[in-house]
Amino acid sequence: MTVHRNAEMPIALPDEPAVGLEQARAHGLTEDEYRAIERALARTPTFTELGVFSVMWSEHCSYKSSRRHLRMMPNAGPRVVGGPGENAGALEVGDGWVAVFKIESHNHPSFVEPYQGAATGVGGILRDIFTMGARPIASMDSLKFGAFDHPRTRYLLGGVVAGIGGYGNCVGVPTVAGETMFDAAYNGNILVNAFCLGLARRDELQSARARGVGNPVIYVGSATGRDGIHGASLLASAEFDAASETKRPTVQVGDPFTEKLLIEACLEAMRSGAIVAIQDMGAAGLTSSSSEMAARGQLGIELDLDRVPLRETGLTPYEILLSESQERMLLVAERGREADLAAIFARWDLHAMVIGRVTDDRRWRVRWRGQLVADIPVEALADHAPIYDRPARPPKRCESRGASQLTVSPAQALRRLLDSPNVGSKRWVYRQYDSIVLGNTVAGPGGDAAVLRIKDSRRALALKVDSNPRACAIDPYVGAAATVVEAARNVACVGARPVGLTNCLNYGNPERPEIMWQFVRGVEGIRDAALALETPVVSGNVSFYNETEGRAIPPTPAIAMLGVLEDLSRRVSHHFKRAGDAVVALRTAPARLAGSECAAMFGIEGGELAALDLRRERALIDGLVAAADRGLIKSAHDAGEGGLAVTLAECCFSPDGALGVEIERMPDGDEAEVFFGEGASTVVISADPDRMEELRGLFGGIEFIPIGRVIDAPRLRIANTGSANTIDEDVRELRQIHEQAISRRLAPHG
Amino acid sequence: MRWGVVRFPGSLDDTDALWALGRVMGQEARALWHKDEDLGDVQCVVLPGGFSYGDYLRCGAIARFAPIMKSVVRFADAGGLVLGICNGFQILCEAHLLPGALMRNRSLAFVCERVHVRVENAATPFTCAARQGEVLRLPIKHGEGLYVAPEQELRAMEERGQVLLRYTDSSGRECDAANPNGSMRAIAGVANETFNVFGLMPHPEHAVEAALGGEDGLKIFRSIAMSIEGRRPGASTAAASSTAA
Repeated sequence: MTVHRNAEMPIALPDEPAVGLEQARAHGLTEDEYRAIERALARTPTFTELGVFSVMWSEHCSYKSSRRHLRMMPNAGPRVVGGPGENAGALEVGDGWVAVFKIESHNHPSFVEPYQGAATGVGGILRDIFTMGARPIASMDSLKFGAFDHPRTRYLLGGVVAGIGGYGNCVGVPTVAGETMFDAAYNGNILVNAFCLGLARRDELQSARARGVGNPVIYVGSATGRDGIHGASLLASAEFDAASETKRPTVQVGDPFTEKLLIEACLEAMRSGAIVAIQDMGAAGLTSSSSEMAARGQLGIELDLDRVPLRETGLTPYEILLSESQERMLLVAERGREADLAAIFARWDLHAMVIGRVTDDRRWRVRWRGQLVADIPVEALADHAPIYDRPARPPKRCESRGASQLTVSPAQALRRLLDSPNVGSKRWVYRQYDSIVLGNTVAGPGGDAAVLRIKDSRRALALKVDSNPRACAIDPYVGAAATVVEAARNVACVGARPVGLTNCLNYGNPERPEIMWQFVRGVEGIRDAALALETPVVSGNVSFYNETEGRAIPPTPAIAMLGVLEDLSRRVSHHFKRAGDAVVALRTAPARLAGSECAAMFGIEGGELAALDLRRERALIDGLVAAADRGLIKSAHDAGEGGLAVTLAECCFSPDGALGVEIERMPDGDEAEVFFGEGASTVVISADPDRMEELRGLFGGIEFIPIGRVIDAPRLRIANTGSANTIDEDVRELRQIHEQAISRRLAPHG
Repeated sequence: MRWGVVRFPGSLDDTDALWALGRVMGQEARALWHKDEDLGDVQCVVLPGGFSYGDYLRCGAIARFAPIMKSVVRFADAGGLVLGICNGFQILCEAHLLPGALMRNRSLAFVCERVHVRVENAATPFTCAARQGEVLRLPIKHGEGLYVAPEQELRAMEERGQVLLRYTDSSGRECDAANPNGSMRAIAGVANETFNVFGLMPHPEHAVEAALGGEDGLKIFRSIAMSIEGRRPGASTAAASSTAA
């Protein structure tokens, strides 16, 4: 019997194409990669095996261009639990809770089919979280679209937002924060990065490591169809061109209702103790989930495809193994507990089908209609994908040809900026998302960071996602480090201590040395900032090939930061609270126009980014957390897109609209840079004037500049040195402009 | 008092309703499973928000056929108090326990925000803890909350006082801008003719704690608790029988 099995070879099926180098190239593999496959098998692969290798060794699944660089990310710290290689990282957040969180891209599918692309992006990241044993409690999204007046932008914006809402709202996980940006650099390649955070008790964390020879492998969830085949390899791991529309069939279709059932059923099944290991069938579906679980456990897996629930007849083994149908999970169960699990899943009207078992021979073996169709060493699939050290080289500097200074008055520039879709309110977007379900949302979208209470605890979590592609385009290192710092500062503005981050690294084609250079510099920037702030990188995702017809997006690392607020009652929000309070600008360095919204809007080019001193950034964040903890600040707001003048206006946009601000003296510097510059870290706080000295003591090494006071009238008055009332505007008018920046552009007659 | 919150597949705000009733109000609140037919000894049934069965057909159209709905209909027919929130409201309309129907929002988009509703009839088991004309601030989150009914029926409902909540601005004034979904006559919540079944699109269970956006939702739950505690055994359907007579 044993002898017979060892002699058995996987067979080529009738009607299958012949396998050779040409076929391998059609699957996106290089000649070297194809030869490596032949060596791993010591024979020619079958067509099914070739398909399996092509997805597992794709950039999307194997991180072959990025892996050696990602190793430099700091991932250790006193709060970190769970080793690398699991589906997402976890951090202790107090009271026995751990937070599991991750961000992932769904850029290419969303460009090809915005609704389903974005919806399945949300679904996929949710599964990454609950597969760890954590209940998903919050989502966020980082979205980048083309210029607002580009003909495709409205369609993509509408589809993506509806898709995120359609999935997130129906699955019952609140979307609590996010960011949305419009820039012509994304006309041909939008970005949709989806984030999810879940909470688990520390002892409830699940493993994705197979254990126990003979244990059953169980398939749970939706039946397998033909959707999403080669989503990972052909769609996500190649540049766009005019033919990309024809790849629409590689986009999956989401079913949030089934996902909701899966969440409830899986969490219940985990509590039963019958599950040994679990992983979602994401990119490369059944192939990746089964081979990766086996590889982590240094074991083998044998699958019987005849037992896989199918949505339609006539699927080949190739299609079953490569399908990326959504809402499917694969688990390894304790032998003998199959009936217990079946009962739990039946209660939720879900199938739980035993489709294989764990073996001891480190082979990934697949049968179909009684025949062996694949027989591959597990390590070859999951661990031995090629790793590339691609050449990296800085690009040649372009001469700037734009204007060098602002030619409109500060008041005019302020109005124009508030009307920009990048600066104005994103309410049109987030009012389409359920931000309150699950009853934890203390502060939802629209503030510096979302705040979620932890039930039965004084503690709360703060969340924010940021990116800064314009700065990254000028300097990919400084831009990436500044993005980490910005996300941390946003979290600190609500009073929370930043404790860890996840990143989604969106770049162009890594086979081009300039792109690879951007990527490596970006990783170095994130590393240095994360080290300086002691915010370990607990998970991440890389999205390469964000290019259309040779034009790459600007480097866009998106950073999602988690903060812990030790006492929810110390939470700070961004609106001014009381007339008479002192207004202070905290600053680590003078702001610059380079990379700012103002520069983009008025065509100002050239100049340097603001200096970034990570020790001072750390001091600013520490000061904000300490000041909030002592109850010394009434409001805090980070100066983001649009700069300090826009930030002051936003501080006045409280719901009752009764307060304003009078600024007697702006910080020193060039007027346009002081009013509208970005890049440097500037935070506007308001506080009781009697406690200024106490407050100042918390910000050693930081510029602490009292600039004015909150007034009992809805006016924004900014005087600058020498010239009185540079800006004197009605807050309600400004708010109206800010509120309608996106919605007025989408009005049917607009 | 004893509350039962029905859990359909795809219910989402069921845990929030249980939290509001059990943990915030300190009442006895338990989950009821859609496949069961037994309501036990609950005194008020809550159909929570969510997307029951995915709502891929018409909202609530499948949930009304769930086994537990047979018992809910019997319970309502016997004068028991039934509260439907959002998807629960849609299910009650589909089950013909409430008049009218809920259609896609005028904007054709899902909308999540805090709105104001005016109490139009404070003499019901669902509103008696509020003042007539009182303005409550409650969140809404739905894609299909546009209330419709035939004009004649609307007139009759208004005359009988079945419109319990109407969308207004913060000062209690009706205006088009304050109608978040285009509902006819700005209707946010209606009761049946016997005033023991009430459906509303806003989510009172998401407005029960000051730190999480206000406590106005408590007015609805307290009204129900007051009217149940006011009922004496044997005279348990006073409101229903007086109207029926």
